[in-house]
Amino acid sequence: MQDPSGSLRKRAEEARRKRAAYGEDIEVEKFDIAPREAPAAESLEDLGEDLKSTLLNSGVVPTGEGRSGSFLLMDNAVVHSSRKEDVEVLSTQQALRKHDWLKDYYWKAVPPDADKYTATTFLENADGYFIRAPAGKRTRLPVQTCLLLGSRNAAQTVHNIVIVEEDAELEVVTGCAAKSGVEKALHLGISEFYIKDRGKLTFTMIHNWAEQIGVRPRTTVIVGSGGAYINNYVCLKPVRTIQMYPTARLEGRDSFGRFNTVAIAHPGAELDIGSRVILSAPQARAEIVSRSITTGGKAIARGRLVGEAPGVKAHLECKGLILKEGGIQLAIPELEATVPDVEMTHEAAVGKIAKDQVEYIMARGLSEEEAVGIIVRGFLDVGIRGIPDNLKKEIDKAISVAEISRG
Amino acid sequence: MLEIENLTVEIGGKTVLRNVNMSVLAGFTSVLFGPNGSGKSSLLMTIMGFSDYRVKEGRIVFMGEDITDLPVHERAKRGIGILMQRPPNLVGVKLEDLVRVAGRGGVTPGDLAKPLQMNEFLGRDVNVGFSGGEIKRSELLQLSAQNPCLYLLDEPESGVDLESIERVGGAVKDLLVGRIGCAGKKSMDGKSALIITHTGQILDYVEADRAYVMCNGTISCSGNPRELLQEIRRKGYEECVKCKILQVA
Ligand SMILES: Nc1ncnc2c1ncn2[C@@H]1O[C@H](COP(=O)(O)OP(=O)(O)OP(=O)(O)O)[C@@H](O)[C@H]1O
Ligand SMILES: [Mg+2]
Repeated sequence: MQDPSGSLRKRAEEARRKRAAYGEDIEVEKFDIAPREAPAAESLEDLGEDLKSTLLNSGVVPTGEGRSGSFLLMDNAVVHSSRKEDVEVLSTQQALRKHDWLKDYYWKAVPPDADKYTATTFLENADGYFIRAPAGKRTRLPVQTCLLLGSRNAAQTVHNIVIVEEDAELEVVTGCAAKSGVEKALHLGISEFYIKDRGKLTFTMIHNWAEQIGVRPRTTVIVGSGGAYINNYVCLKPVRTIQMYPTARLEGRDSFGRFNTVAIAHPGAELDIGSRVILSAPQARAEIVSRSITTGGKAIARGRLVGEAPGVKAHLECKGLILKEGGIQLAIPELEATVPDVEMTHEAAVGKIAKDQVEYIMARGLSEEEAVGIIVRGFLDVGIRGIPDNLKKEIDKAISVAEISRG
Repeated sequence: MLEIENLTVEIGGKTVLRNVNMSVLAGFTSVLFGPNGSGKSSLLMTIMGFSDYRVKEGRIVFMGEDITDLPVHERAKRGIGILMQRPPNLVGVKLEDLVRVAGRGGVTPGDLAKPLQMNEFLGRDVNVGFSGGEIKRSELLQLSAQNPCLYLLDEPESGVDLESIERVGGAVKDLLVGRIGCAGKKSMDGKSALIITHTGQILDYVEADRAYVMCNGTISCSGNPRELLQEIRRKGYEECVKCKILQVA
């Protein structure tokens, strides 16, 4: 571990029981740390049919077609890692052995003692994916990664690092899912993303869990001058509890950050999903767009924009629909400015679907259920507008499969 | 085709229609005149079945069936279609997709859009940022996919520029006398329509056999469309309240 003095370890030990700021407290000890060994797969196509369909539903293409690299973590074991283009795809532990300089990025964006989940992940010396786009390299196709929960009652601990060097461009698609039959488990994931000057990272994460899964991702993104970070998050399937508050720190002048979120809270689920952008350099811009639906679960949409430098411009928009009695929507948009020369706005709305819109579509001959389905799809679609076309198709497909109108 | 019998309607507790009696014959077109706020749109919305419009008394009979309590989509399925004066915005819903589902998958939106010059709007969200005239054309496009038997057209020509009026008028004419017959009817039967108009311009494109005048939530007068229009032009709506030739059904 890159902790010569052992001081990080000490901090993590002390934070082992530290509750997170938000979300239901999960007793991590009640889960078994997921196995670190699993048979490697030469190709994702060698996996069983069952697994392959799980991957496909999470935006991961088993043939690797249309992707510039692939990575699969099953439980805590690296099963597959490959690349086709000039982009580095390794496991984080491998990368740490290979690159001495990586210690300057490892646990530098996310503190190990933030809460019990980061502490556990640190103390497990977690593995995950390491992706690096070399300076000036514009990767044509996305790198796909998949984090699978493969064992019952397992606690998966993941540590990912993505580095986009100067003037490079990279797209990453991550599918997170539970293998069929794994009803109860825990996913803890640290992600530290670094975007250098004029670099661009588009990160799309599709969560595809199961009814009793707990999920606690911890993500921080650091963006340099003229750099851009675009985050798309999609969670349409049932899950027990998700709490996350990914943060982008726009530290370079003229940098840009955007978070798009599309989520459905099914009955019994609590989704506490936030997006935070700290704009600490002049002329930085940010946009947060969230669209959530509840069919009986609790959907909390947090958003926070912090403007700390002149010329900052940012907008936050969260809209929530309640489709069924018993569903709860809680929108918490926050704006903070520490200098006068900023332009920051927000817009939030929660409520039911507009009856006049439903009836308008019904007047064209569609049943109420069909009309609601069309409106809800449109509502969610807005949340992922502007995302790359190939991904949009996959997400559209996921939305239509999600059986939203019936809940 | 359509009979409105003694219809009284409330919206939000306020009576907007009172004892309305009128009819549209199969294969014929009726027009509806009346001052602003008199209840014309309310009547069309009530016939279509929008739930804000509560029928307190009377009934609506369509092709022999009492549809007063049917939900909107059941009325649409039976062959009623509406061009709304102020349709809602459907954020995130592409016009093309709505046209496709309105045509139950059996239409090609691009082909239908051509005569209305709506092709470049197919990829846009329904009604979002559409101009007044564009809304009319978008509504007509949806109706052409839907292909109803009874057209309820709420001011199809208002807000349409002089050039587009040809297109809109032509489209309405095509819809009404087009070749596709109504479900369960002989193809020669043609379609029926109830059209709200202030200017009567639409009469240059479609032949109407009867006109009604709505005043204060009730039908105050009926007669020949062109004659009534002249009457209204000459004397304004004051006259029609005490219309002498009022004839019901
Ligand atoms: N949702 C509503 N709540 C309250 N009053 C309403 C509502 N909708 C319509 N009204 C009232 O009902 C009356 C009739 O309105 P309607 O839209 O039917 O008039 P109209 O004859 O179509 O007028 P115009 O020629 O201006 O289109 C008006 O006084 C209007 O303000
Ligand atoms: Mg009107």
